[in-house]
Amino acid sequence: MPSALSLRNISRQFGTVTALRAVTFELAVGEVHALLGENGAGKSTLMKVAFGLVRPDSGSIAVDGIPVQLRSPVEARRAGIGMVHQHFTSISALTVWENVALTAGWSVRRPGVVAERVHALAQHAGLALDPRSIVRDLTAGLKQRLEVLKAIAADARILLLDEPSSVLSPAEAEQFLGQITAFKALGISTVLITHKLSEALGVADTVTVLRHGSVVHHGPIRETNARTLARHLLGEVSIDRPQLPPPVPGNIVVRASQLSVDRLGVGGTGLRRATFSARAGEVIGIAAIEGNGQRELLRAIAGLVRVAGGSLEVTAPVALVPEDRTSEALIGDFTLAENLVLSQGRSAPWIHGPWIDWPDVHARTRELIERFEVRASGSAMLARELSGGNQQRLVIAAALERRPAVLVAENPTRGLDFKASADVHERLRATAAAGVAVIVYLADLDELLAVADRVVVLTAGIAHEMTPGASRTAIGRLMLAGPEE
Amino acid sequence: MVTRTLLSTGAAIVIGLGVLAIGLTLSGYDAGAALAAMGTGAFGSTDAMLSAVLPRAIPLILIGLGIGLAFRGGALNIGAEGQFYAGAITATWVGLQLGARVGALGEPWARIVVLPLVLLAAVGAGIVWAGIPVLLKLRFGVLEVISTLLLNFVAEALVSLMVQGPLQESKHIYPQSDLLPAAARLPQWPGTRLHLGLALALLLALGLWVFGRRTLAGFALRATGVGPTAAAVAGRIDTRRVFALALLGSGALAGLAGGAEISGTTYALFQNLSPGYGFTGIAVALLAKLNPLAIIGTGLMFAALEAGASAMQRDAGVPAIAVYVVEATIIIVVLLADARRRHLAMRAAGGEG
Amino acid sequence: MTESLITAFLAATVRIATPLLFAALGETVTERGGVINLGIEGAMLAGALGAALGATAGGPWAGVLAAIGGGLLVSGIFAAITVGAGAEQIITGTAMTLASIGLTGAIYRSAYGPSGVGLTLPTLAPLAVPGLAGIPVIGPAFFQQSALTYIGFALVPLLWWGLFRTRFGLALRASGESADHARAAGVRVKRIRVIGVLIGGALSGLAGASLVLAQVGTFAEKMTAGRGFIAIAIVVLGAWHPGRVLGAALFFGAAMALQFLFQSFMPDMPYQVFLLLPYLLTLLVLAGVVGKVRAPADLGR
Repeated sequence: MPSALSLRNISRQFGTVTALRAVTFELAVGEVHALLGENGAGKSTLMKVAFGLVRPDSGSIAVDGIPVQLRSPVEARRAGIGMVHQHFTSISALTVWENVALTAGWSVRRPGVVAERVHALAQHAGLALDPRSIVRDLTAGLKQRLEVLKAIAADARILLLDEPSSVLSPAEAEQFLGQITAFKALGISTVLITHKLSEALGVADTVTVLRHGSVVHHGPIRETNARTLARHLLGEVSIDRPQLPPPVPGNIVVRASQLSVDRLGVGGTGLRRATFSARAGEVIGIAAIEGNGQRELLRAIAGLVRVAGGSLEVTAPVALVPEDRTSEALIGDFTLAENLVLSQGRSAPWIHGPWIDWPDVHARTRELIERFEVRASGSAMLARELSGGNQQRLVIAAALERRPAVLVAENPTRGLDFKASADVHERLRATAAAGVAVIVYLADLDELLAVADRVVVLTAGIAHEMTPGASRTAIGRLMLAGPEE
Repeated sequence: MVTRTLLSTGAAIVIGLGVLAIGLTLSGYDAGAALAAMGTGAFGSTDAMLSAVLPRAIPLILIGLGIGLAFRGGALNIGAEGQFYAGAITATWVGLQLGARVGALGEPWARIVVLPLVLLAAVGAGIVWAGIPVLLKLRFGVLEVISTLLLNFVAEALVSLMVQGPLQESKHIYPQSDLLPAAARLPQWPGTRLHLGLALALLLALGLWVFGRRTLAGFALRATGVGPTAAAVAGRIDTRRVFALALLGSGALAGLAGGAEISGTTYALFQNLSPGYGFTGIAVALLAKLNPLAIIGTGLMFAALEAGASAMQRDAGVPAIAVYVVEATIIIVVLLADARRRHLAMRAAGGEG
Repeated sequence: MTESLITAFLAATVRIATPLLFAALGETVTERGGVINLGIEGAMLAGALGAALGATAGGPWAGVLAAIGGGLLVSGIFAAITVGAGAEQIITGTAMTLASIGLTGAIYRSAYGPSGVGLTLPTLAPLAVPGLAGIPVIGPAFFQQSALTYIGFALVPLLWWGLFRTRFGLALRASGESADHARAAGVRVKRIRVIGVLIGGALSGLAGASLVLAQVGTFAEKMTAGRGFIAIAIVVLGAWHPGRVLGAALFFGAAMALQFLFQSFMPDMPYQVFLLLPYLLTLLVLAGVVGKVRAPADLGR
């Protein structure tokens, strides 16, 4: 088969970290090629090279067999490459047609004509969308469609999809993956970047597996299976959950009854009459699709937002591990010691009246980073100089330092690699074993099932408490019962 | 570290003066003569230092401290000029009213009663004037940048109204107020124009330095300015309250500057009392990296510049406001250095892959 | 009597609104691209001085050209510092205004001598629009203005078209909403933003020209007196739409023209009260409007 996109011996270094080590990747014309790898394996970097966002230190690129230099997304697009990023890149204040015209370089002199053209293209590609909608009002599934539509409108013959299902509900994801196979009929070659085996096995023709910046496996999908791919993907790391003794149910420390919370931000539903409780010593997993009230629930428990209706009783103190490490949990330009002062408030041991005893802060910070194995050069290091995994260790350490009765964690493994995620899971389990009620939301359902004793599903702001043995299918079905299509 | 800071500060000043020299040459002035006049006006004699530079440093240090406080807490106060005038108007009014009534108490007692009240009234007026933008921001979401700026013009018009109306001198000829009675005046160093306000400014600088370094409240202020989201979420700090207090405190210091100027230097209110102290204060604070102790130094430096500018107007025929060019250049040099530092830090953090 | 008073009031409204309109339209373009330029006060002042110097040397239209040059110069420096080097926009804008006050003061004194009083310049004479100028009340107010006023009015649909019907406008708005996403769509955000700032600067220069050549007839130190800052408030009030910005500019023109009306009715009222009025009104209107309008999401970043 002729090659649509060929990346040969690509290497790239970021500071001291080698992201790609002489990687070769061949995309055949008309195929769906899964690029598998854990977070940090280098798959995003490789695709950024293919889209002109990252310049490789060495290696060559060819499109349709012709060598090319891709110095910017503009040049990549000109070569017929379109990319759909992990995060939406459409401009939310503009309409669908404006976003398409912007990317595709169309004239906008006659809006009616442009909208009609966008409509026709959407029909043709099987991506139904109202061209006059404002992007802000679209659901995640429709925004994802728009991302693809923009690429196709810009005459992309090579489509790079970077973890397209990560922001979608299971049903939306399934539908979207179905559409990918349909692109073949349009003559489009697709790279599907994912860390999910099921997606690769479901839609791809060929698979390439990256680990630590190197290709560890390459071949047709029908010649492999889930077990083999998992071994390639993870190396020797065990994916089994550590066996822990069943939790000893403690006292009820969180009791929500008919709890309502107004929605935060623009999207989502808020929380509507949610009823559930949590006991000391258990890990409760919150399963929900983005925007179904999990943020409101967790922040209400943490005491950060006002309760609009119903009642909420929480045993103090509560500690929160917020979702956005770099802007909400830490101040990047502050030292580790300063961040600890920030997190501990006025009841900390180094507070004497209005004064802060800084030598004491530094001593305790050093002790803490040692105890929690935060890899840092010292207490005076800036927080932004830590790696993502070590930042999260510090955040969790600071949260546990408050000796909480309840620990609330919002998607605490976001952006972490496999090992760092496993470390977080273990820390959450150990915290529960020490008698704390842990309430955790994780975007990935499989991850959530691996760490939680039992699950509460949130659908359109309504809570469903599942029994400890509830199946993945039952939970998944309930997550979809909401108003999202 | 200290040497590097001094070096970069020195570089900013040299660049500022260089840009002024170029601008003056292009406008057809003798830049050499202008800069020489500036130098003499600022450092030419002990008298220049004690009577021209130091008295000017007092409002600049106080306003610089205020702007540093506001910027630290994330409040962009560009209205120190207006807050200064609010303090000046109120100090004049209270000084004239009380001075006339309490004068009978006799020398030491009258001053002990009147002077603190005059200065406190100025502080209060500054707080009220800064309170308007606080209210507008917290209740209605109006950017403090725009509201503080606009209130400068309102304050200037108010001064004009006062000195041609209620506060005009008794003969109703000149657009200025009567002179404050002795009881409302800050004591001066004999034979100079240097007054006790300097001690006040230095003490406040020291106090604010300790506040920022050693107290939890000072820490909360800094956290709010540097990382408002994390301050609210991780630190559970009421960032709106911190914003409000920082801006109000800033207004208090600028108001005090206005009061001290009336009570220590001019003894009367008139239009254009401030040669743009409120804006120079931004340069004072930024060049000092918002550090209260460093603000003493940069305040003195800009005072020398202002004193020199007056001499430049008198001796070289260059309008004193040309010195704004130096101040603007210094502000921009500091901002550029800051942008470059951020850029390098971001690049050091590496690619996003 | 009353009719002529209303006509005079309306005419003053339009005359005073013209510089505000230019500056606010310019700032609308700049802010649509995501840049807030507090230096337009300075650009306007530079435009005013340029207009004076140009008019002295080569008549009023040379003044208009020189004013555009002055505005471009100040905003060009601002663009290089903020968009180019990434410095903080609000303080940089304040500094640009300070520098402009200082430099225009120095140049003015060097060009016209230390006293400078009584400087009279060749101005742009009112130009009656045939037919329309004869309409009672409205005619003399709207159709017997300087050519600059008509240019200002003509700019409103032109800029609307530019913002909403051209690729440049789309790219500009995209840059103002999200620089990152616009970049992902292939927009050269820095270049687009620089152009937005320069358009704003050129229009601020025209604002200075209309102030000097069609309203006051002379130049004075700091003569813009915060009109640039008021223009920024007008942009908010006008919700970043050229049409509504025109309405907002006329509203402020009327507020400032009120002093002529009131002064004839209330001669005892101190004139400073009328000086205060526009600023207080701006604050009041902002309090009422902010929160009901949506600024470009990336403004100031």
